[in-house]
Amino acid sequence: MANLKQLTEREERLTGGHRLCAGCGASIIVRQILLATDYPVVVSCATGCLEVSTTIYPYTAWKNPFIHNAFENSAATISGAEAMFKAHKNTGEIPQDKKVKFIAFGGDGGTYDIGIQSLSGALERGHDFMYVCYNNEAYMNTGIQRSSATPRGAATTTSPAGKVVPGKKQYPKDLTEVIAGHHLPYICQVSPGYYMDLIKKTEKAMEIEGPKFMNAFSPCPRGWRHASNASIDVAKLAVDCCFWPIYEIENDQYALTGQSKLIASGKKEKLPVADYLKSQGRFKHLFAPGNEEILKGIQGEVDRRWEKLMKLSGY
Amino acid sequence: MSQEKTWKEIPWGGLILDAGNAQEYHTGDWRTERPVHIMDNCKHCMYCWICCPDTAIIVKDKKMVGVDFDFCKGCGICENVCPFDAIKMVIEGEEGD
Amino acid sequence: MIDMAKPMALTGNFAAAYATKQINPHVVAAYPITPQTTMMEKFSEYYANGEVDTELVCVESEHSAMSTCVGASAAGGRVITSTAANGLALMFEIVYIAASNRLPIVMCVMNRALSAPINIHGDHSDSMGCRDSGWIQFYNENAQEVYDTMFMATRIGEHKDVRLPVMVNLDGFITSHKIEKVNTLEDEEVQKFIGAYEPVYPLLDFENPVTYGPLDLTDYYFEHKRQQVEAMKKALPVIKKVSSEFSNLSGRDYGILEAYHLDDADCAIVTMSSTAGTTKFVVDKMRSEGKKVGMLKIRLFRPFPAEDIIAALSGIKNVAVLDRSESFGAFGGPLYNEIRNAMYDVDEKPNIVDYIFGLGGRDINAVQIEGVFNRLMSASGKMPGDVNYLGVRGD
Repeated sequence: MANLKQLTEREERLTGGHRLCAGCGASIIVRQILLATDYPVVVSCATGCLEVSTTIYPYTAWKNPFIHNAFENSAATISGAEAMFKAHKNTGEIPQDKKVKFIAFGGDGGTYDIGIQSLSGALERGHDFMYVCYNNEAYMNTGIQRSSATPRGAATTTSPAGKVVPGKKQYPKDLTEVIAGHHLPYICQVSPGYYMDLIKKTEKAMEIEGPKFMNAFSPCPRGWRHASNASIDVAKLAVDCCFWPIYEIENDQYALTGQSKLIASGKKEKLPVADYLKSQGRFKHLFAPGNEEILKGIQGEVDRRWEKLMKLSGY
Repeated sequence: MSQEKTWKEIPWGGLILDAGNAQEYHTGDWRTERPVHIMDNCKHCMYCWICCPDTAIIVKDKKMVGVDFDFCKGCGICENVCPFDAIKMVIEGEEGD
Repeated sequence: MIDMAKPMALTGNFAAAYATKQINPHVVAAYPITPQTTMMEKFSEYYANGEVDTELVCVESEHSAMSTCVGASAAGGRVITSTAANGLALMFEIVYIAASNRLPIVMCVMNRALSAPINIHGDHSDSMGCRDSGWIQFYNENAQEVYDTMFMATRIGEHKDVRLPVMVNLDGFITSHKIEKVNTLEDEEVQKFIGAYEPVYPLLDFENPVTYGPLDLTDYYFEHKRQQVEAMKKALPVIKKVSSEFSNLSGRDYGILEAYHLDDADCAIVTMSSTAGTTKFVVDKMRSEGKKVGMLKIRLFRPFPAEDIIAALSGIKNVAVLDRSESFGAFGGPLYNEIRNAMYDVDEKPNIVDYIFGLGGRDINAVQIEGVFNRLMSASGKMPGDVNYLGVRGD
């Protein structure tokens, strides 16, 4: 695995000059992924913060080939590009040994919700690509509306912290587990806070043929109401509380990695989820009197899912 | 900012042919704080570089040599992740490095 | 070459499939919907038997079918797909995106009624719903025309002055499932006619990386759309030229419309697709009775060949337009609106009336068409434009 210093010699494929917010998790994730591999990469991106902010006509921050099609079809779009690449090998127009990597990006809105159909289809068909969801837990680009990835209790513009309904009513969908049902060669959860883990997983994924899925935790200073300099801290804290475990599933074999592995084996402390919730303004109302049950529920659900994951990983 | 062109002067289909030309758009104008690099403390661990959302940490020959102020938005992540106090955020316009 | 034509008994769908096989596109995206299914089923056989180099992508929805086509075409190669009715409606947003990104995708649409109620039979509501999308649109009368148009569509869409996707329409069940004699070309002739694909700004070019589909603010969107307008304008002469070349190859000269006995006609029916065949039969019968009737078949609907239509209909007294789709709340069907608009500035313009017919596959027969001609023939003086419903019970 390349170390950071070696990676600094690689070309930066996401340039400065994009208009994502200061401190945006998405651009950190994209940079880390594109630096982790030096294969030529074709990128497709769903409509959302990443796409809109990096390609405001006439500017593009992408130095690699890039296509934005629509909101729900990043996976279907990359399927077409990948199929075209394969077809060119069928005809001999491209040599058999040429390697190109296909990466589809989508936010949680474009992946968990509206994009889930085309994602599932592309994965089932077995295209050789990786889908990366940068999960900022709401429809951020259109103004912080709730998605199925939004955590329980989080205040969004369509699940505001009101007098009667204090934030989102439901627990977040566990998309990684849904994807596990596709029995892919490689599935993982990552956090840019634990960047060496993210980079290692990207390198690994790039050497695996077939459909791969990466769910990346993407802090959003604007939507989550935290300081712009706290994105990496928040990205670490989510893992430390087991709210967002980092793990991989390789041909149905679960394995916790990095910090999550250390927590499961007792070498690092599992932090209470309240520490994580306190770090962001979107959960502030949960600490007001009367919402104790919600806090309990959140911890309970985190524990429940963590127990299940530990069991699957052999703990 | 580029001057607005006619429909005859731009590639069709909305295609952007100049890859990476976002670099002509200096988001550094957004800053209210700027990072000051303290070279004496810097161990060149590259943590600031790998966590910068704006590709604004300049690395030459595996050494962190400075900040690209054309793009640095002053988010402060670099100061936050640096384990060696080699970056300090100051109010833009107050202190130079 | 004309002597070497191989006649085959093919349905419209099989003709489209066979043409696709001979084109040997890089990528085909397939999602089933009646009455398209047998085209892709046949193509799948070719694929499974190793007769094509195509990557066949069996997608999970029509929306993904067009999305996959956009990704593939942008990557740089020949892409073909096919759908009908609600499938076309589902991919509606991507249909616009394909045209806006200037991708020369070829799509067969086996024209079928849009729901509700669900109806699997032929009318033009689906493709008419996409008439603003920026696709070139052909309406094909029979299996032979479908087969031939696939090759012309490939050339037209890929032409450097055009770079637009092309919709190859055929009537659902009526043409798609009817077995006809189709004179086919040899594989080599087809390949020579369509030529090698020349990629333009492909995603797979890493020396010149390109960004497709950026965000346009109010400062550039209008300019990009104006470019599409220009492409449509340039498409018309390209279409005529390609048709002429195809005529040299095959002996079949399609052009963009068919003026059937219009030169000295007093009355004419304007129609598209399979109904043109029935109408020609009626024209022949009535001409044998000395009645001066004629037919204008519109083969190319987008770009709308206004000048050619004006030339064809000038001098005709009474015209009836047959629309196989309704635009609810509009003053007449889509074809009526466009024809009447084109004729507005003509000094001696014909009286033009509209007949909506055939919705949901409702049959139209020679007797009904003759009835329309009879009305036109017996009308004297001014006929105000009116909208009639031919073949519905209760009117």
